[in-house]
Parts: sequence; structure tokens; C-alpha cells
Amino acid sequence: MKLKPYLFFALLTAGGVPVTGFAQVHEFMLENGMKLLVKEDHRAPIVVSQIWYKVGSSYEHSGITGVSHVLEHMMFKGTKKLGPGEFSRLIAEQGGRENAFTGRDYTAYFQQLEKSRLEFSFRLEADRMRNLLLPPEEFDKEREVVIEERRMRTEDKPRSLTYEQFNAAAFTNSSYQYPIIGWMDDLRNLTVEDLRNWYQRWYSPANATLVVAGDVDADDVLALAQKYFAKLPTEEVAEPKPRIESKQLGPRRVIVRAPAKLPYLLMGYKAPVLNTAEIEWEPYALEVLAGVLSGGNSARLPKELERRQQVVASADVGYSLYSRKSDTFLIDATPAPGQTVDTAEQAIHEQLDILKNELVSKQELDRIKAQVVANAVYELDSVFYQAMQLGQLETVGVGWQRADEYVDRVRQVTAEQVREVARKYLVDKGLTVAILEPQALVEQARLASD
Amino acid sequence: MLGSNRRFLYVTVAVVVGFLVLAWINQRDTHAPGEISESKGLHIQSWKSDSGANVLFVETRQLPMIDVRVVFDAGSARDTDKPGLARLTNVLLDHGAGEWDTDSIADRFESVGAISGASALRDSAVVSLRSLVDPTLLEQALTTLTAVLQKPHFNPDELERERSRTLVALENDRQSPSSIAEKVFYANLYPQHPYHTPSVGNEDSVKSISIDDVKEFYNSHYTAKNAVIAIVGAVDRDAATKIANQISAELPEGNAAAALPDVADLTQSETINKTFPSTQSHILIGQPGMRRGDPDYFALYVGNHILGGSGFGSRIVEEIREKRGLAYSSYSYFLPMRKPGPFTIGMQTRGGEVEKALSILDKTLREFIDEGPSAEELQHAKKNITGGFPLRIDSNKDIVEYIGMIGFYNLPLNYLQTFNDNVNAVTAEQIQDAFQRRVKPDKLLTVVVGSNSNAKPVKAGSEGS
Repeated sequence: MKLKPYLFFALLTAGGVPVTGFAQVHEFMLENGMKLLVKEDHRAPIVVSQIWYKVGSSYEHSGITGVSHVLEHMMFKGTKKLGPGEFSRLIAEQGGRENAFTGRDYTAYFQQLEKSRLEFSFRLEADRMRNLLLPPEEFDKEREVVIEERRMRTEDKPRSLTYEQFNAAAFTNSSYQYPIIGWMDDLRNLTVEDLRNWYQRWYSPANATLVVAGDVDADDVLALAQKYFAKLPTEEVAEPKPRIESKQLGPRRVIVRAPAKLPYLLMGYKAPVLNTAEIEWEPYALEVLAGVLSGGNSARLPKELERRQQVVASADVGYSLYSRKSDTFLIDATPAPGQTVDTAEQAIHEQLDILKNELVSKQELDRIKAQVVANAVYELDSVFYQAMQLGQLETVGVGWQRADEYVDRVRQVTAEQVREVARKYLVDKGLTVAILEPQALVEQARLASD
Repeated sequence: MLGSNRRFLYVTVAVVVGFLVLAWINQRDTHAPGEISESKGLHIQSWKSDSGANVLFVETRQLPMIDVRVVFDAGSARDTDKPGLARLTNVLLDHGAGEWDTDSIADRFESVGAISGASALRDSAVVSLRSLVDPTLLEQALTTLTAVLQKPHFNPDELERERSRTLVALENDRQSPSSIAEKVFYANLYPQHPYHTPSVGNEDSVKSISIDDVKEFYNSHYTAKNAVIAIVGAVDRDAATKIANQISAELPEGNAAAALPDVADLTQSETINKTFPSTQSHILIGQPGMRRGDPDYFALYVGNHILGGSGFGSRIVEEIREKRGLAYSSYSYFLPMRKPGPFTIGMQTRGGEVEKALSILDKTLREFIDEGPSAEELQHAKKNITGGFPLRIDSNKDIVEYIGMIGFYNLPLNYLQTFNDNVNAVTAEQIQDAFQRRVKPDKLLTVVVGSNSNAKPVKAGSEGS
């Protein structure tokens, strides 16, 4: 998908656009501290169940990076009641789709099922929340699987390598410096004990949010949750240490030399997010700023740099106001043929200078606001997305209720505010640049047919 | 999988989005690309537009939005001797049309919150629109879409820019071992067939395509009789009729595209090694598989679900990943196309394990062909496929893609209603029979791209460890 950061989150009722048939979110707290969020959506006879744990790579420390993600893999490898792989087999037999994902700020597990089969999901998730076995022989194989995953996603992808090096340079003591999948050396030296400790520490009802969306009745879901989750013992989960990023004192530059054909540029500026902003409107103004630059084909980067100046083949902005910790406002670009990362970087700086000096037009603001309103409707087409949004906001500490404010807050952003955040945050002392310098690839086709 | 013309744009972004938003998905999507779904409750209405285009329509009232998807038989299989032409034509449609230039078209869509898209695969070229149904907003989006479909400018400067971006996309492919493997795979699976090149084309051809080539391709392929219009959303039949007529009114009637040539079967096994400085070797094994509407479709589909199409629990994932930790991703699928698309087994593993992996895959495939599925496996597969049926069409996005596919491949309108019954009717004997007739383990193409890759053809009966 094309990156439109401000499109990622939306509302129940999009500002002014009537959306009928969508219930409010129901929030429940079980006695053991587990939160339950239910969103009824009766369009299709299906249900999505997601369980979100407050743990991810930003909870990790040096030496065990990647442990959250490896543990996520091992959650499919058996409990006291179930053999390795049986979880997946049972869900498959119910016609379900299931999977899991690990991010910097969360680890989440999900099932999508025909609506009458939700109970299977609850029974199995409740079991593995407290009864995971972590068999050593399964761990030995799964560590190899994850190492292959790292090779596939990072080692053999020059842009991924560049992004990993970017984060490692941009963040000095913030735990956002760690790759989600973990450093290769840490993966090789990970032990079952590391996983067991991690599981004990974070996989507790009080550290989890269960999100259910679809063709269900909230009270029925609550009754099912009481049946399977309420009896689970809970423990206090200690808050992770803040590890707030220390002040950056000047621009940083990283060169990545890797086998590749194309140069690549990543520029990131330190920026607040909703969770950390001292001034509440600033993250919304940064969202609008991202939209001005790359929110569609009529935005400035495609229009000015790709089409008019033809200095980049493509350029995009990444900013998520729903991170747990302060983050970066990220711009990436691939130079057009005959251009270099230097000319691309210069052209991007020129665009940023314009934003610092001139107010964005009413037409641009109106376009972004129209997109935000429309996307709030489009997002309702995906039940999975609706659950995802609630889970993420709740788990990073923003609170699911804040999703409701999104469209209105973006609509309130003024041209002056956009200029102000550009002036305040798109500055040298918060900048990290990572450049991919392609190294020759040796390509030799050999035919070895019999 | 098939490429799309927006692919390169997503490449840069995918890196970032992947990390920021979803991060690491544990398992691979278990649904074979191009696989289709159905709903007993789905009411598809179908008619011809005034200009002769085939229209399929599903009314969904719950959300105030509409999806329009226009599918032309104008994919890269129609490139003839100019690989990349179909895609460049598709890309250039919205680069100036009617009264508007490129910037104005983008602005007209986006200022009403509409999302427009274009893509070209091997079989088809698609133009799509998603909009709110508020009359003022929708009208501007539809007027713009109409110009894009009917009055594209095909300005030479725009071609030059897209040519240069396409060359960048081709360079990007050359730094990806999986892209290289896929290109080598198709080129050798379809040596004499239009499916042999990806829609993005190749460097020589892309450099040589002229604006007259593009105009000629557009004139002969973007015609009403060569189009299928799929509409899903909160409009009634009358409104859908008007929309279909409007967006196809000034397309020339034209003719449906001629039949594509038949696909020749491979005559012997072949192994192609390509060295690449990656830590993993990417493996693709396969042969021409089946077409849309194939009489063996359900037997092969359900059988492949058991072999390697359903992720965890399927034989290939069990042997490669679960028992041995050899790969993160391993799978098999049939990609049904107008003519037989590939049957593919794929995985990637560290260099030293290639021979072992190849021998395990060979053994797994041969066993499945020789013995067929067990009764338990078949029952499990049927439960999974039919029990998950409602998930396949739980959004407007899913529905519009499926009815577009049904229209494009001339599948019966009750295809969805009968899908579960067809799955349930498949027997273990039918699967075994279909695999024995259709999958030839001694006529397989094997492509290995990576470091230290010097794989030899696997001999029948060799043991995996």
C-alpha cells in the first residue's frame, strides 16, 4: 500500500458523513485486570478476535533483541494441553485464519472466523496465555526459522538493511534503536530461558487487551470472555523503564554499503507523537504535514520532485502519531536515473524550506481533510482493520477512545500550525540521514541442466 | 505472483510501512494468489452496458461508498514483441486526460477523497475507483474516471518520465533474488508463450516503446467489448446502470481480444542456477498448471491445499519448516490464468541447505502424487475451506475483486453459490487422479538464485534427510 500515515486511523462516524449500522465500542474490565473491547459490525457473518500484549522490541534490551518476536513464534509450539502446531490445526479445522505479529510496542495474535466459532479462539488463546511449554527441541528449530526470516527480510534486502542502520543511528538510548526481528548475533545466542523469563514477565491478563469485532453481541462476548479468561491468575506487570531518548546534538549521517543496483535515501527527524507531545495539536499538524508532502499523487513530493523536477523516481513520508515513544518523521527517496542521493536530498530540503517559510494553501488543506473524512468511511470496510485500530491505540497507551477524535483534530489543523511544526521539528539537529551506496552485484547465470 | 504497475512505488514504502505498522507477520498468507471465494448470500446482477461492456453489480447498502473496477483484456500477454507496452499504456491513462493534465487529475480525485488505481498483470489491465456516494463528490470522481478511460492524452513527455521510472523499477528487480528467480522461472516455463515476460517488461523493450505504440495498443485493447465493469456499493441498479454507461460510453465497441496461444508442457526436467550475493538461495520449482474454469480446478485446488497451499499443517510446510527449520516461508500453489498459469513450489533457505531442501521437496511431491491425500487430510482441508467461506467476501473490496474476476474469466454467475458444494464433492481418488495426470515430477523446472547455488537435478527416489 502507498504510505498515507494519516489514513491509518479513523472513526465510528466520519465527520459529517452519515454511517449507519455501526455500534459503539463496548469496553469491559475483567476482575483479573484484562481489558475487553467489543465492536459490533453486522455486515457479514464473521468475527475477528485479537489479543494484544504490551510487549515488543521497544521493551527489550541489548543482548536479547528479537526475543518478543521469537516468543511470538513459540506461542504456536504447544501448551500443557496442546502439541506443537495443534493450535493452528484446530483453528484451521474451524475454517479460521490465524496469525500473529510483533511490533516495537506490541505483540498480537488473531483469529478470523465464521461468527458462531468465536469460542474456539477464546479457549485456545486463554490456554496459551498461561500454559505455554516452550519445548527446547522446538525452540532449536524455530530459532533457525527466525534466522531464515531475518535473512529473507533484512540481510538480503539492501533497503531494509539501510532502515535498520538508520534506526540504530537515530536513537541513542531509546529502545526504538533495536530491530524488531533482533540483531543476528542476539538471535544466535537466544536461549529458552530468555523466552521463559520474557513469557513470565509479560504474558499476564493484566498486560493484555482482547479485541473482538464483527457480527457478535457485546454481552455474549463478555460472557464468553468471563468463561475462558476471567479465571486466569494474574500478576502485577512492572512498567518498563522509560528510556527517553537523550537530546540529539547535531545531524547524523550513516552510509550503508551493500550489494545493490539502486541508491536509496532515508531522512528522519525526531518528532513527538500523541503519547509524548507537550502540545497536543502538534502530532496532528505533523500528520497534515505528511499529507501535504506525500498524501496521494497530487501531494508535493510526487508533484514537484517526481514529475516537475524529475529528481526522484519515488519519494514518501512515514509518520505515525500512535507510537508509544517519541519517533521520527521519515522521508525516503529513490533518485531518478541520472540523479544522485545528494541531488535528491537537496531537493527534499528545498521542499521542507518552502514549508517552513510559506503557508500551505487552503486547497491543500481541504484536500487532506476530504481524504481523511473519506478514509474514515473506507476503513470501515475492513472488520480486521477496525479491531487492529482499537488494539493498537489501547496497547501503546493512547487509549482507544482517541480514535474518535482523529478526524476532528485533523480538520482543526491550520496552515500556521503546519508551518510551525515544520520550523520546530524539521531541523538539522534532529536529523539522521542514511544512504545506501550500492556495491557491485556479481551475476552469472549458469545452466546446469542434466 | 503477478506484478502490478504500482509495484515499484510500493517498494520504497513497503520497507517503512512494514516496520512501522505491521512489523513481522509470523506466517505467510495461506491463500494461493488469485484464489477466489463466494457467498451464498451474494446477489450478482449482470447486464451489458449500452456500448457493449459486460457489467457485474452487487448492491451493498451499509457503507456510503462505492467501488468501481474496470478490467480489460489488455495485460502483458498482449504485449506481442514489445514487453512492457501493456503496462506503460495502463500507467499513462491518468497522466493527462480530457480537459486535465496529470496534476489536475490527481487533484480532482483526491480533493473529493476518492482513490483511483491502475495496474497491469499478465492477463488483465485494471482501472479502479473508490469513492464516497455523496452525489457531488461521486460525480467529480466519475467524470474524471470517464476521461481517464476514454480521453487519455498520451503525451510524449509523460511517456519519457514513466519510461525512466520503469527502468528504475527494473533495476530494483535486479537487486532482489526473489524477483530474479521469478523472472527466470516464467521465462523458462513459458519459452514460446506471451506469459514469459513480466508486465514490467525488459530494459531493451522499455527503451524502444514509442508513444505511437502506446496509442495503438490503447485503441485496439481499451474497447467496450474487451472490458468488464464490476460495481459494488451503496447505489441501486439504476444508478449502477448509469455509471456503467457513462464510463464506457465513448469507448469504441471493438472486439474481444483474440484467444491466447496454448501453453506447451515442459518436455524434460531442467535446473537453472543463478549466482547472486545473497545469504539465502531462492528456490522455485514448477511447471504449467491450470487455467481458470479448468475441469480439474477443484481437485487440484483442494489437493494443493493439502500439499502446500494452507500454511501450517500442509505437507510442504510440515517437512521444510516444522520438522527441520529450513525456511521461514515455503508453499505451493496453482495460479489459474486465462491459459494454464504456473504450478509453483517455493521456498528460500541458507546456501548450504539447498540440495537437502530440493530433495525433501521432490520426495514430498512424489509421495503426494503417488499416494494422494489421506482421508483425514481431505476432511480437514474441506472443513477449513468451506468453514472459512464467509471470510472470503466480508468486505466490498473482496466482493468487487471477485466479481471482476468472475466477469473477466467468464465463470458462471453461480460460481460462488456452488463453490462449497464443489469443494465438498472432491474425493481423494479425484485428487490423486488429477495430480497424476497434471503434475509430472520428471518434467519440472527448478530455479535456484543465490550464493553457492549449484544445485543438481534431483533424481527420483532420492532421500531427504
